[in-house]
Amino acid sequence: MKNIQKPRPVESANRRLFLRYAGVATGALVLQSCLDKDFKTTPLPGEVQTVDLGTGDVGILNYAYALEQLEAAFYTQVINTPYSGITDVERTLLTEIRDHEIIHRDFFKAALGTNAIPALEVNFTAINFGDRASVLGTAKTFEDLGVSAYNGAGKLIKDVNYLLLAGKIVSVEARHAAAIRSLLSPKTASFAGDDIVTPANGLDPAQAPSVILPLAQPFVRTIITANNLPK
Amino acid sequence: MDLLKIFNDIEAIDGDAANRLSYYSRRSLLRLGKKTLAVSAPMVMASVLNEAYGQTSSVQDVLNFALTLEYLEDDYYQKGNAAANLIPAADKAIFTQIGKHETAHVALLRGALGAAAVAKPTFKYAANTFTDYQTFLLLAQAFEDTGVRAYKGQAGNLLGQDVLTTALQIHSVEARHASEVRRLRGLRGWISATDEAPAAVYAGEAVTSQAGVDLVALTGKSADRVREAFDEPLDRAAVLAIVQPYL
Repeated sequence: MKNIQKPRPVESANRRLFLRYAGVATGALVLQSCLDKDFKTTPLPGEVQTVDLGTGDVGILNYAYALEQLEAAFYTQVINTPYSGITDVERTLLTEIRDHEIIHRDFFKAALGTNAIPALEVNFTAINFGDRASVLGTAKTFEDLGVSAYNGAGKLIKDVNYLLLAGKIVSVEARHAAAIRSLLSPKTASFAGDDIVTPANGLDPAQAPSVILPLAQPFVRTIITANNLPK
Repeated sequence: MDLLKIFNDIEAIDGDAANRLSYYSRRSLLRLGKKTLAVSAPMVMASVLNEAYGQTSSVQDVLNFALTLEYLEDDYYQKGNAAANLIPAADKAIFTQIGKHETAHVALLRGALGAAAVAKPTFKYAANTFTDYQTFLLLAQAFEDTGVRAYKGQAGNLLGQDVLTTALQIHSVEARHASEVRRLRGLRGWISATDEAPAAVYAGEAVTSQAGVDLVALTGKSADRVREAFDEPLDRAAVLAIVQPYL
């Protein structure tokens, strides 16, 4: 299964390059006709799909939806194939986090309706799901990244109701991040460690989508473009 | 209406008003022409007032409100960390880190507010607060979860302001603290049960719909999981009612 779905690197790189050029010079219609001519319209086996998040608040909600898809898929896999030596406490905690992420994901999908991006194809080949350190290390990365992403996206949101919804979710991601960090380093300062919260001002990171997405992309086979997001 | 007097009054409080007023006057002149200037003068004045005080003072209010909460938290952990035989050795690192952040938040907000920063109030606590660890933990949890809810409740007032990002960056740190303190008490890191205490701190957390979407029906997950997945805001009055006994 893994072998069949592996994209052919040269071809997808070429296509990506082409899409980038085409995107600069042409509108969607022209782009589509080029695609029809030069590429098969149905994806080849293993073909890498490209998804654009869109514009305005919808784009930001799709950005959140993309990150929640990633997290939900990750924790679903964690619970389906638990790492060796997982304790009951850990399994319970990770199952709850999985459910929170699924709820976030499904909420965004429902809220976005027809504006929602499609389901993303994840790429977890770098994660060893049998190994506790690999799983919890990735979980820490994802949760910290989620906090930073929501914090950075706040100022890009125009509608106050969407801002509040993002606020309702980001603090839960921060609760997750602290919990995962405590599993890795119990009874230490790690839950809000100096490696993530700047000691001098006590602030969590807040990074722009242009910083977050390249960090998330290695875990997502679908290519995510965000050129139209507010800046 | 004595425009000159009003203007002088404004300038007495806001040294930059002259620049702002001349900016708006120029814009209005260009837009409206000479004829309408007399009519539009009050409008120009109104827009200057909105620009100078409508938003600015509301941001200031929000920051001073946040500063008051941070003063309380900072004071609380300073006393807690200094108390002999309160925090077990195994948990020292946790509260040292939390206290460090609250001190940093106070400094950050005071710096942002400058001369407009409210002074630190004198706080009062129940007799056994710094002698009984479980009491200390309970209050720490209440302050942290209230802090999360308070910042969340103010985010909308900072929409489109640069300081929104800073507020969000504090908000998520308070959530990390809350998660940790809750688990020290044997609770989940996320707000879950409908009967969490103190009741005022968790009022309104029990909702299971967001943006009109019934998330239990949508996802098939339990009401507990749905409640945990979204933290709810608290408005200023509710937060002040919670912290009032300590002021």
